[in-house]
Amino acid sequence: MAERKVTVMSEVGLHARPAATFVQTAAQAPFDVTVAKFGVPPVNAKSILSVLALDVRQGETIVISADAEGADEFLDRLAAIASAP
Amino acid sequence: MHADRLAGVGVSPGAGYGPAHRLVRDVPEPPRAARHGGNARAELLRAEQALERVAADLAARGDQAGGEARDVLAAQAMMARDPDLAARVAELIEQGVAASRAVFDAFTGYRELLAAAGGYLAARAADLDDIRDRVVAALEGLALPGLPADPAEPYVLVARDLAPADTVLLDPATVVAFVTEEGGPTSHTAILARALGVPAVVGCAGAGAIPPGTPLLVDGSTGVVRLSPDEDEVARAVRAAEQSTALLAAVSGAGATADGHAVPLLANVGGPADIAAALAAGAEGVGLFRTEFLFLDRVDPPTWEEQQDAYREVFEAFSGSRVIVRVLDAGADKPLDFLPPPAPEPNPALGERGVRLFRRFPEVLAAQLEALARAAKGTSARVQVMAPMVATAEEAVWFGEACRAAGLPSAGVMIEIPAAALRAADLAAVTGFFSIGTNDLTQYTLAADREAGALAGLQDPWHPAVLDLVALTAAAAGGSGRDCGVCGEAAADPALACVFVGLGVTSLSMAASALPRVRAALARHTVDDCRRAAAAARAAGTASAARAAARAELPALADLSL
Repeated sequence: MAERKVTVMSEVGLHARPAATFVQTAAQAPFDVTVAKFGVPPVNAKSILSVLALDVRQGETIVISADAEGADEFLDRLAAIASAP
Repeated sequence: MHADRLAGVGVSPGAGYGPAHRLVRDVPEPPRAARHGGNARAELLRAEQALERVAADLAARGDQAGGEARDVLAAQAMMARDPDLAARVAELIEQGVAASRAVFDAFTGYRELLAAAGGYLAARAADLDDIRDRVVAALEGLALPGLPADPAEPYVLVARDLAPADTVLLDPATVVAFVTEEGGPTSHTAILARALGVPAVVGCAGAGAIPPGTPLLVDGSTGVVRLSPDEDEVARAVRAAEQSTALLAAVSGAGATADGHAVPLLANVGGPADIAAALAAGAEGVGLFRTEFLFLDRVDPPTWEEQQDAYREVFEAFSGSRVIVRVLDAGADKPLDFLPPPAPEPNPALGERGVRLFRRFPEVLAAQLEALARAAKGTSARVQVMAPMVATAEEAVWFGEACRAAGLPSAGVMIEIPAAALRAADLAAVTGFFSIGTNDLTQYTLAADREAGALAGLQDPWHPAVLDLVALTAAAAGGSGRDCGVCGEAAADPALACVFVGLGVTSLSMAASALPRVRAALARHTVDDCRRAAAAARAAGTASAARAAARAELPALADLSL
């Protein structure tokens, strides 16, 4: 299981355009990707509705996880999107 | 059997003929107990196809609209293609639930999660409702909410009322007239129709029962809607409208009465997109530059850097001319996420809106004034700035000081609250100019909410009480040597425009499409005609009597078919 722990830096949180970019990128992965917020069960990172409902605000930390060959490269890209200001 | 003639209030003159198209907004909820016939696999396929069809349609509409709308619609398309949503739909269909109900329930689950989060996410809940309705409509074979995507011929749009959101993609080349059951002369429908130059009848009882596809002849001057008229009648109406257009086009140049009294004719613009129409219609400047377009649908306020380019584009287009900018008018019917009132307001129209909100958020005003001052530098436009919803001289002083601090010397106020009109002399002593906003002034004078369709009869700027307040304001301005314009929709009414001039108003600002009519009406009447019309209107007891009395003093209006 590979995972990345990142703090969301965008002023709008993981909503609006950052959320769309994040989900579109995750959707390209040929394996399952999840995203979790502290104290909340992980959700499907390929689902815009689940990611929005997670309601990640600026300054909150999320954990992005996948368990597959080649997951590291995807997780790095997703972490970069989530932590972009 | 349907009546062959319906009557409402004509709010945008001209004749339009075409088949009725009903704007659908509500899609009924599928019954709670709706089950499919037993073939879950076929039902799931139907659901998947409907979701994909709606997603593709949303994406295509976004591409067509471009800009900000493209991002919004692309995000909605992503929601329709959401894998978790599809899994939930599949699960329900496996349990025997009919596709439309499964879609409804799956969306409702997410909707409640988002609505509970509040703020930005609560606004997305409304997006989800729209997508859900589209998918349900596709599954049930109902008409899609919204406007026809690709109409075969120009049509008459029939609706209960039109909201600003209905009109994002409205193409004046395909809509020949509007007919709404609700709304008055200051409703969004009326304002939009005049801005687009589309004939419109509002407050038309019975319009909801017009069968789709019925040929309609709409007279936006008299308010009469004819159902299935004969060819002769259509030909006559179209000919009259063409003659009127030709007569209006014959008058050009700066606004003036028949005896040469200058009345500058200015345009109301909502952003750089309106510049071309204003210039083409011969606007002598901008009397109302609405700046809300920069602020709507945002989670945070735009920085001054973001604002100044848009302002400069308008200033450069009107170099050498007057451009009156209204600072952000938020609140009431235009709430913004980043300027929240301190508590829910039972009466938003009487709450913290306009300049009142800026007292709470002075940094937003400061950023806007900074952007305006920077944009004005290097252009030769005569930039003036005015504040909406000013009630007292103290507010006018506060606003004037904020403008001067930003390096904007010419600050004025809008007169739209009766208190401001009644004490206009106090305001004239502390501010540079007045601009009367007749929509809100009418709303507050008659205590009749602009959005309340049932009160359309009271929302009439011809009401003598409104004319009295305009007269007081113009007299106070004249006494102090200040300009007093009218920038409300009422200035677009050629007869009322003459009355305003008779009351002492010094400039008129309106939707660009109305300029030719008002220019022609002024050119055919002297200042004395206008004063007589104003006196006759103020002597009347009701709005309709005032209108009739004024028109009797303005005989050339009939020659122009106005």
